[in-house]
Amino acid sequence: MMRNRKSRSYINPYLGGVLLGLTVLAANYISGRGLGASGAMKNAIVASVEAVAPAHAENAAFYKEFNETHTGSPLNSWLVYQMLGVLAGGFLSGVIARRMTWKVEHSPKISSKTRLVAALAGGILFGFGSQLGRGCTSGSALSGMAVLSLGGFLSMMAIFGTAFALAYFVRKLWI
Amino acid sequence: MGPLIVNDIISPNTNMLLAFFIGIAFGFILESSGFSSSRKLVGVFYGYDTVVLKVFFTGAITAMLGLLFFSLFGWMDLTYIYINPTYLWSTLVGGVIMGAGFILGGFCPGTSVCAAAIGKIDAFLFIAGIFIGIFIFMEGYPLWEGLYKAEFLGYLKMNKYFNLSSGLFVLLVIAAAVVMFWIAEKAEKKFKAPEY
Repeated sequence: MMRNRKSRSYINPYLGGVLLGLTVLAANYISGRGLGASGAMKNAIVASVEAVAPAHAENAAFYKEFNETHTGSPLNSWLVYQMLGVLAGGFLSGVIARRMTWKVEHSPKISSKTRLVAALAGGILFGFGSQLGRGCTSGSALSGMAVLSLGGFLSMMAIFGTAFALAYFVRKLWI
Repeated sequence: MGPLIVNDIISPNTNMLLAFFIGIAFGFILESSGFSSSRKLVGVFYGYDTVVLKVFFTGAITAMLGLLFFSLFGWMDLTYIYINPTYLWSTLVGGVIMGAGFILGGFCPGTSVCAAAIGKIDAFLFIAGIFIGIFIFMEGYPLWEGLYKAEFLGYLKMNKYFNLSSGLFVLLVIAAAVVMFWIAEKAEKKFKAPEY
């Protein structure tokens, strides 16, 4: 009984990588594009702003430019459906592996509150950077590298290089 | 022949439905590889857990090879797939900001959604942060529009940039990945992973 309750271990990372690569391949084969994450969140915000402040959305530079290149509702987009799938797929894996639990994960050296503030700050930076950089780790780095885009490789090096360079200064958050 | 949507083999509605299933696979693989844990993700920057590096680079080279073989077999026309454009400065500055966000927050957008799906409360805060960050970018757009659009290099591919065949370039990436995997395995033996 006790063993049954324990969460299952993660899959082999190289197997996970092959499966992830095949998913990127499938996206390109079916839809002619790679995976993404931040783009779906951008579309959700555009839709919200258009609903809450339509006059502002019509006049502000960003939304004007967005609507020049997009037709239909921003929510009816490939990335939005894909992200709903990510949520479902992550949930499914968590249920099967018995990893479903409300938790704030943090180093014992910091409080939950510190962790939550750092998570919020990290999210703000990542959200902003993903727009400036035209995509995040999924859309720009992983999918960009898969199609050999120079931008994809630069994006990967900038993201991982910066995180590695700063790791020492924020080590208390993690180890 | 692929891409299926470009060649009208599937309808736009089917394409959207398949996007949902592709997303399920994406989320399932991320979560079952351990990407729903921030301390596991950032382990790569301290050497105690290099799962990010292994999954990310195995994924990238698998996809690269798959696309090359699909093209070689005549299953897919690579001229119709989306190639990310390269805007030099915004890619680098955006990447640096994302890197800082990664080491502070412990997630990237895709992994934060997986972590939230299994109940990580810190991931919900990270996602809230992403929305705020994107909103700031949109509202302040005229301030950084210049940087955003500077130094457009086109839809440039690495093999073209280095004047190599795509096959040879991918082989070099695979060789580099194997070296990194070797270093990663060494690092994991050297640095003890904390309990999480």
